[in-house]
Amino acid sequence: MAGSDIGLWGVPLAILGGAIRVSTPFIYVSLGETITERSGRINLGLEGILVFGAMTAYAVAYMTSSPWLGLLAASGAGACFGLFHGWICKFPKVNDIAIGIAMMLFGTGFAFFLGKPFIQPLAPHLPALPFGFWSDIPQVRAALDVNVLFLIGVGLAVVLWWAFRNTRIGLIIRVVGDSADAARAMGVDPDRVRLLSTAAGSALAAIGGGYLSLYYPGSWNEGISSGQGLMAVALVIFSRWNPLGCLAAAILFGGAGALGPALQSVGLTHGYYLFYAAPYVLTLAIMIASSSPGRTLAGAPGELSITK
Amino acid sequence: MSEAASETAFEAVGGRRGGNPRAWIARRAEGIVLPLAALFAGMVAFSIFLLVIGKSPPELFDLMWRGGFSSWFSIQNTLSRTAPLLLAGLCVALPARLGLAVIGGEGAIVLGGVAAAAIGGVLGGSGLPGPLGIGIMALAGMAVGALWIGSVGALRHYRAVNETISGLLLAYIAIAIMNHLVEGPLRDPASLNKPSTRPLEAAYRIGSIPGTDVQWGLAVGVVACILCWVLIEKSSWGFAARIAGGNMRAAQIQGLPVGPLIVGFCAIAGACAGLGGMLEVAAVHGAANASLAAGYGYTGILVAFLARQNPLAIIPVAILLGGIDASGGLIQRRMHLPDATVLVLQGMIFIAILFSDTFYGRFKAFNPELWTEKA
Amino acid sequence: MIQRPAINRRQFLKTSTAAAALGVLGGSAAAATATLGFIYVGPKDDYGYNQAHAEGAAALKGMAGITVVEEEKVAETVDVLKTMESMINIEGAGLLFPTSFGYFDPFVLQASTKYPKVQFRHCGGPWTDKNPKNAGSYFGYIGTCQYLNGIVAGHMTKSKKLGFVAAKPIPQVLLNINSFLLGARAVDPAVTCQVIFTGEWSLAVKEAEATNALLDQGADVVTCHVDSPKVVVQTAAGRGSYVCGYHTNQAPLAPEKYLTGAEWNWANVYKMYATKFVGGETLPNFTRGGLADAFVKMSPLGKAVSEPARKQFEAKMKEMMKGNYAVIKGPLKDNKGSEVVAGGTAYVETAIELESMNYLVEGVIGATS
Repeated sequence: MAGSDIGLWGVPLAILGGAIRVSTPFIYVSLGETITERSGRINLGLEGILVFGAMTAYAVAYMTSSPWLGLLAASGAGACFGLFHGWICKFPKVNDIAIGIAMMLFGTGFAFFLGKPFIQPLAPHLPALPFGFWSDIPQVRAALDVNVLFLIGVGLAVVLWWAFRNTRIGLIIRVVGDSADAARAMGVDPDRVRLLSTAAGSALAAIGGGYLSLYYPGSWNEGISSGQGLMAVALVIFSRWNPLGCLAAAILFGGAGALGPALQSVGLTHGYYLFYAAPYVLTLAIMIASSSPGRTLAGAPGELSITK
Repeated sequence: MSEAASETAFEAVGGRRGGNPRAWIARRAEGIVLPLAALFAGMVAFSIFLLVIGKSPPELFDLMWRGGFSSWFSIQNTLSRTAPLLLAGLCVALPARLGLAVIGGEGAIVLGGVAAAAIGGVLGGSGLPGPLGIGIMALAGMAVGALWIGSVGALRHYRAVNETISGLLLAYIAIAIMNHLVEGPLRDPASLNKPSTRPLEAAYRIGSIPGTDVQWGLAVGVVACILCWVLIEKSSWGFAARIAGGNMRAAQIQGLPVGPLIVGFCAIAGACAGLGGMLEVAAVHGAANASLAAGYGYTGILVAFLARQNPLAIIPVAILLGGIDASGGLIQRRMHLPDATVLVLQGMIFIAILFSDTFYGRFKAFNPELWTEKA
Repeated sequence: MIQRPAINRRQFLKTSTAAAALGVLGGSAAAATATLGFIYVGPKDDYGYNQAHAEGAAALKGMAGITVVEEEKVAETVDVLKTMESMINIEGAGLLFPTSFGYFDPFVLQASTKYPKVQFRHCGGPWTDKNPKNAGSYFGYIGTCQYLNGIVAGHMTKSKKLGFVAAKPIPQVLLNINSFLLGARAVDPAVTCQVIFTGEWSLAVKEAEATNALLDQGADVVTCHVDSPKVVVQTAAGRGSYVCGYHTNQAPLAPEKYLTGAEWNWANVYKMYATKFVGGETLPNFTRGGLADAFVKMSPLGKAVSEPARKQFEAKMKEMMKGNYAVIKGPLKDNKGSEVVAGGTAYVETAIELESMNYLVEGVIGATS
């Protein structure tokens, strides 16, 4: 296939393509964590659930030859982890941040353990829609090869944003997250809502993991995640628990992740490690800029342990 | 409000309201029996898991014993792995007493190691005597580590940035900086296929404790644990820190210097981790390179939580985890289990320990306050 | 230190007594076997570096008188030192193969000083006479194989642009990149090769991004030097680019687009060591070999390879099989314009200078720092 030389256009194109490709797991994990945190729990275990979801999706997709069944299985596994997290956190004195860290270690370890036989085999990939069909340039076509999960993720972000504002279930979650007493007064059991929210959040995070192993990079191995789960939790806080904000932040982050190799490809090679650190630096800078002792409390769910 | 708050804070630091020796023993026992019970529960859960996958729990635990503890060779293996875990555990435990969950110790270890190697390279050939050079390297490592984790504390207090996330982000950034420095400005041209800093000269290397194969870092770690325990339990700063950890707002209202406490303790925690990095460079590798990012920071999280953030308890816990790690290879080779098996065991123990938190104060046997109710 | 049979007999006795005591090795205590230990830095089935070694070790498992113990995912820290000691003390290993480069200094050196009766052979390490005599290193001249990769790539590329995903700019990697390009330039001097460094030996997301960036810049044949080429091969083939493999044969991952690959042939090397060890002979300390010695090999040519490519490939391979082939020969400039090899100088694959290569030749787009 003859590729044309697009020179410096390679960089913005890579950022665009990367923004779409790399952001998708962030979208799912941050949307999932938004649901969980809106209900007043923080689930730091999403990193481990993401890895476990990646492994499950790959394994089941390989065994059944269907990537969609793989995703379904991954979401089920994620939901189980979420239920466990939600169940164990409702006991008094159990620290949900610490449980999250434990889930992170356990989920990752368990995923590596079960995933050993699946490092070599090839699993079928998720389909992508060629949004770049109008272009003759193969690079544009490749950048605009949008995976269905990205589109579903965008739709999900809009749906969640609308649902938090306008539906009964959205209101219930928000009340539980703002004040457990008010929720009880309404006749709602806060623990149960948090349990289900955590399960839903974890299921979404696991789907994000499935995207990693079934589309991009499209392989299961033990280095599949480089902190995506944790970054996504940071994104939730930065975007003020707003699903649309999560979407925007995830896309921004994805673009930043693609920066390093793209810059190298146009000749900016010095200090490439530092460019690879760009996403982390960006996240940190944004978190610093958008937090302040007074402001973080505004907009945060009142029951969230990190804001108390 | 402030009276109730200060009562809670008082309890949080273990304030005693009676001098009854039986009560004293009961309270202390709780802190030992519950973690041990949780450890046991974790191992039982793991055994069930093994049975489900068709492996033999007795065989595994026997191998764990043999690989970690049963011979002088195994014990030394365990102790070698314990050394970095002690300091990594302190890096998590100290801020935790203040109520902060800082898990970015890996970054401080890595940058502390690089700083020590860089200073060691500069001093090399200057004729500075060995112990002095080692001392300066240690200070360099500690300073850089203190800066790194101290920043996490500062961000938390002055900008309300969640310390778990910022710590982890800084860890990733630290590893990127380390890689950049080790392959670039600080690189030893002779280190061809394994980019490293210049190897430290022999006088600046740290050797083994005489008669053993275990490097002196073990002793340094133990001393650090003891010093930190004294700091937390016996000093006024530690007292203030524990009050702040029990109820931050109450502490602020009472006028405790919460900001300096947070930054200070985080800095000390970072210094411990940075020292750990320096020891890895001086005692194990002889130079700084990518192998410094060995994950000790993350295992340190587990050590600290298992030890319930008590610096003295970190010593036996680090030995236990070192032993589990040491036996990992044997388990892999003999039972044909993946190396992740050890991670699963550690994860199960971790969850069990955290779950056991809920039982504190619930059992009558351990709680003298409930004894009077019987009458 | 010369290996005399007496020492090996003692080694056998020690192994068999240990075996009898532990009851580990099946069979009677009289069937004394030599235990060989293999240590991998990553998973054995990574379709790459570690798999190549594991496949070599697997070739030994059927041999009489040999027991193989393996451990994977051993980090380049005190972990590997302890693993080696554990294999020696508990399994009674007499010959160890620590296969990752980073194990050599200081861990293999320390272990070989401490256990003078055990043999250590390290993959790729810079063993010299000043190092302990019971240690040694082995490696293959895979650069010449990358040259052959380059020849096929040079024929198959339509854009005249090649892509190389590399981990770190160390001499072994740079030699591969340069050889790849020089092979392609032997077909068409206008071909260029762009290289992107990921900074890590194994980081799937970065490798995928690097591959995409290379393809965005117009490359249509891609190869790599990372621990596990699986992601690079799949990503490149998925976008319609040809791929050349590395470490092991990745053809099953992309049968339509796989041209050929530079592979290790460790089975050969390990069999040599094992046979000598069991036979009580001295093990060589510094072992290197190329195509002619069957230390390395090429994957079978893929179905997409054109006839002219095949012809030139086979002709060059025949020439290389005679041994002492020089890929790097003068006059040669680096990609900054300075001359790195003077006219008339040729570095055969055995030349020690190649092991400290620090430049990228003219025609490679990229920088070492």
